[in-house]
Amino acid sequence: MTTHHTSEGPSGPAPRRIGPARLGIYAFLLISALFFLLPLYVMLVTSVKPMAEIREGGLFALPSAVTFEPWIRAWSSACTGLDCRGISPGFWISVKILIPSVIASILIGAITGYALSFWRARGANLLFAALLLGAFLPYQVFIYPLVRIYSATGLFSTIYALVLTHVIFGLPVMTLLFRNYYAGIPIDLFKAARVDGGKFFSIFFRLMLPMSIPMLVVAVILQVTGIWNDFIMGLTFGGLANRPMTVQLTNLVAPTEGEIAYNVNMAATIMTAAVPLIIYFISGRWFVRGIAAGAVKG
Amino acid sequence: MKQRPIRWSVYVGLMPAILIVVFAYLGTMIWTVGISFTDSRMLPAARFAGVNQYIRLFATDRWLTSIQNMVMFGVLMIGISLVLGFLLAVAIDQRVRAEGVLRTVILYPYAMSFIVTGLVWQWILNPTLGIEKTVRGWGFESFRFDWIVGQDTAIYCVVLAGVWHAAGLVMAIMLAGLRGIDPDLWKASRIDGIKPWRFYLHIVIPVLRPSFISATVLLSLGVVKLYDLVLVLTGGGPGFSSDVPAKFVMDYLFQRQNIGLATAAATTLLVTVLCVLTPWLYAEYFRRQTPKG
Repeated sequence: MTTHHTSEGPSGPAPRRIGPARLGIYAFLLISALFFLLPLYVMLVTSVKPMAEIREGGLFALPSAVTFEPWIRAWSSACTGLDCRGISPGFWISVKILIPSVIASILIGAITGYALSFWRARGANLLFAALLLGAFLPYQVFIYPLVRIYSATGLFSTIYALVLTHVIFGLPVMTLLFRNYYAGIPIDLFKAARVDGGKFFSIFFRLMLPMSIPMLVVAVILQVTGIWNDFIMGLTFGGLANRPMTVQLTNLVAPTEGEIAYNVNMAATIMTAAVPLIIYFISGRWFVRGIAAGAVKG
Repeated sequence: MKQRPIRWSVYVGLMPAILIVVFAYLGTMIWTVGISFTDSRMLPAARFAGVNQYIRLFATDRWLTSIQNMVMFGVLMIGISLVLGFLLAVAIDQRVRAEGVLRTVILYPYAMSFIVTGLVWQWILNPTLGIEKTVRGWGFESFRFDWIVGQDTAIYCVVLAGVWHAAGLVMAIMLAGLRGIDPDLWKASRIDGIKPWRFYLHIVIPVLRPSFISATVLLSLGVVKLYDLVLVLTGGGPGFSSDVPAKFVMDYLFQRQNIGLATAAATTLLVTVLCVLTPWLYAEYFRRQTPKG
């Protein structure tokens, strides 16, 4: 993953004057930007409106009276069935799943990528091919046996089951990421470390891992976003005890008797989207780099 | 070729990956395929049933609909996202103002989960709450926009939400591609007086072929795995008119308790993906490997 920008700036023809073509480009960009912003606008605006206003004015009108009560309710007192603790328990469960999953999946992916790029092992090509297939196959092929295995070993509906699952399905992309990165490191560096008596693990932890900081940042962005946004694994393996935030959100917004509190629902939705959005806004160009690196290229 | 000595610690380092591949990928895959050849229903049964489950599967309307929906969603979502993403990238590349803001606004949906995407579009498209209600409120009493509750149109809502989620990704990939084009090519075209649209059509698009391929691969991954979005956006409905294969499998595994049929469906998906994937993966990763070392 190298940036192959030959020119940093825009490469399109320089504008000579404001003509119809120029106006057309701005109109297209403006309309597109509105389309992409619309859902965020709807969520933000609706989450601070009282229900009476939503009933009358619909989703798109600006609020005339701003209230943060829906946010408080969504976080700590909205009901899912009989459980009235809001979305906050889901947030903490997601955090508990996220931290070990991110660390473990990145570490294992990095070691695997390192082993595949610098060391010779029998069947390494086969292993790599199987990993690639794992990246592409639909989860539905693996899910039922995994449920049975987790049930038999007592892991089902524990945090461990979810961490293990995220390690399993994160491995292909993580391996690929680090394998590509290490392919760009001069082999002479590795040879010198070998001559100095470095062993497999000492070279990895003392030389390669410290050199991998840029890739580690990219991997953290990818994994935090991916694991936080996961729904199917949490739904299948989390059971009732460990439902991550996305799963709890779908339960919270499921229609029940009486009026649907759209303001509370949208506040809860924004909260669930907040972690990846914050990562996105902070990381900026790194996020794009992560996409390009994850874009399964040789 | 690199000089790479064999050491046992290498296998220790590779052990997690080996275990995952052997047990979590291959083991579970064989298990799933195995069940699909038995007459298991709620619980796995050991009785061999040949291809009965597959015969039953392809006689199930809901499965056929879900396959049709996946193909339709795939073609439309990928096609529209590629066109829209490319046009956005080209437009942004014309030395426009506020480029950073535009890029941020167009790409942020990609950071959101399918759950959030599905929920918010379900509210916007809901006729009694979102666009239809608002436009009627403006005085257009006969305005109709109720795709999401229509048998034939619900799948287009999934496409719409899918494009919203993915177009920014295509834009980011294409913009990186455009910025990588040799500046001399632009100068040459200007000197030759080639019209800009011809230049984009005949030179830029062929040069960006690798970008189009990686965008398409990334998007197709999402097509086969499409589940969460449909679940919250339409629930696969009305009826099962917007169902997709991944949801079909999940429903038959965990709600309808018919694991024989579910695993047959999963196996069908697996075989389809393998047929498409194997030649491409081979070409991409193994044929060119020698010169890289």
